[in-house]
Amino acid sequence: METVFQLAYIAAAVLFILGLKMLGKPATARRGNMVSAVGMLVAVVATLLQSGIDYALVAAGLVVGGGIGAFWARRVQMTQMPETVALFNGAGGGASLLVGWAEYLGNPTQDVVTAVATVLAVLIGGVTLSGSVLAWAKLSERVSGRPVLFAGQQVVNAGLLLAALVCGVLYVVNPEGGYAFLLAAIALALALGVLAVLPIGGADMPIVISLLNSYSGVAASAAGFVIGNTVLIVSGSLVGASGLILTQIMCKAMNRSLANVLFSGFGSATKAGAQAIEGEVKPISPEDAYYILEAASSVVFVPGYGMAVAQAQHAVKELADLLEANGAEVRYAIHPVAGRMPGHMNVLLAEANVPYEQLVEPGDVNPTMESVDVALVIGANDVVNPAAKEDRSSPLYGMPIIEVDRARTTFVLKRSMNPGFSGVENPLFYKPNTRMIFGDAKAVLGQLVAEFKEAAAA
Amino acid sequence: MTILLLLFVFVLAVFLGLELIQKVPSQLHTPLMSGTNAISGIVIVGAIATTAVGGTFSNVLAFLAIVLAAMNVFGGYLVTDRMLGMFKSGKREG
Repeated sequence: METVFQLAYIAAAVLFILGLKMLGKPATARRGNMVSAVGMLVAVVATLLQSGIDYALVAAGLVVGGGIGAFWARRVQMTQMPETVALFNGAGGGASLLVGWAEYLGNPTQDVVTAVATVLAVLIGGVTLSGSVLAWAKLSERVSGRPVLFAGQQVVNAGLLLAALVCGVLYVVNPEGGYAFLLAAIALALALGVLAVLPIGGADMPIVISLLNSYSGVAASAAGFVIGNTVLIVSGSLVGASGLILTQIMCKAMNRSLANVLFSGFGSATKAGAQAIEGEVKPISPEDAYYILEAASSVVFVPGYGMAVAQAQHAVKELADLLEANGAEVRYAIHPVAGRMPGHMNVLLAEANVPYEQLVEPGDVNPTMESVDVALVIGANDVVNPAAKEDRSSPLYGMPIIEVDRARTTFVLKRSMNPGFSGVENPLFYKPNTRMIFGDAKAVLGQLVAEFKEAAAA
Repeated sequence: MTILLLLFVFVLAVFLGLELIQKVPSQLHTPLMSGTNAISGIVIVGAIATTAVGGTFSNVLAFLAIVLAAMNVFGGYLVTDRMLGMFKSGKREG
């Protein structure tokens, strides 16, 4: 019978791998997700057939947890996707922690390997749980998204980490009598998760979420070592590795190292000493902006977090349709770190039925920027900040940007002149070819749409 | 199964994971992340197996683990599917 379980687990692992591969291509992504879900079903059914399972307990847990998850997944709005992913991720980490804990209670005389795996499962699972919950709270603005810094923060964090590791080692030395150390390690891990995410600002959230996603995989893998379960080890490490790659891609897109993201509290202080900005801000009314858009034959939209906040994706699509009907070529330039999670903008635009062929990456749109008549920046800031190219003293210097400052005309839709999340001033707003359209993104886009419709009716 | 064999499996799976995700277009980053997130819900298998341990407090922990893992699995897959369902190609519409 054991052979049958193992074969089922191999089948599940193959389905996960195939599913992941298919998730990487737009045409097969949805089927890939289903293939991976079937893999999950196979693994769960195989586990249920093993002896000694408490079915009533399992059924109750599945109904409660599955119900909450399914309800949430259906109800949540696309703009709330980052915090939702964070929360589900935290749940996974929490489950790994609990598995490690419960297994210890069932069998406190662990060998060294199991003891090490138990410690890793509760430590990484604990950090994932509390870190994800804080990320969720920050992203859903239940607490301030600003980085929280205090004196000696890194010393405190390092001390906590060290204390957690010491507790872990003391536990491994003598698991049977080391229950107190295991509990202490759990408490320290939970505290560490909170303190590690505190200094990280909203704009760096894509990286943190992706890293926590990686952690939850590693925690699951560690739990797999605790109970000697192959499918847990394989799937957990797949997730851990892929999460790490995604994290690396994000960091590259911001031209920053992971260490810099995690420890610097980027954007906490408004960095003075940057070059003085020359020029003046030139506002423009939506009516005047309409005339320029009406004459444009190539338009690039550059969405950012502001579009998500204003829920303006449908208004963007409506304006784009009118521009296309007017004969303009429309594209959407998406920066890899725009928004609050990797690919955030793509999801929102997809919700508004924008075909994905029109979504282009900075590297593809930048060489053609001179021939773009109008670049429409909607709630994006740091990802279009020319200081990243021009100003060596800027904290953004070196980050690849979407170079809208080279377009013939750039409209910036913005609420006010406040700097972006990084707290860095944006010289783009002062460039001679830049016009600011102040107001709520959705309202302004609505006015532009109305202008087009009026003109068509007349 | 010996621990070395498990470690062997672990290392190979890490390399496979690194290879699988290398060249994914940025438009799929969110679904990919939420899809892998759903896979990390595989810890549900561990949670279910833990109910065999017995003991009241241990059962409470196992129950909570199943609840959390099930949230991760059901929520993760459904939300990923919802997102991917919205990705449309302009070509299909002609």
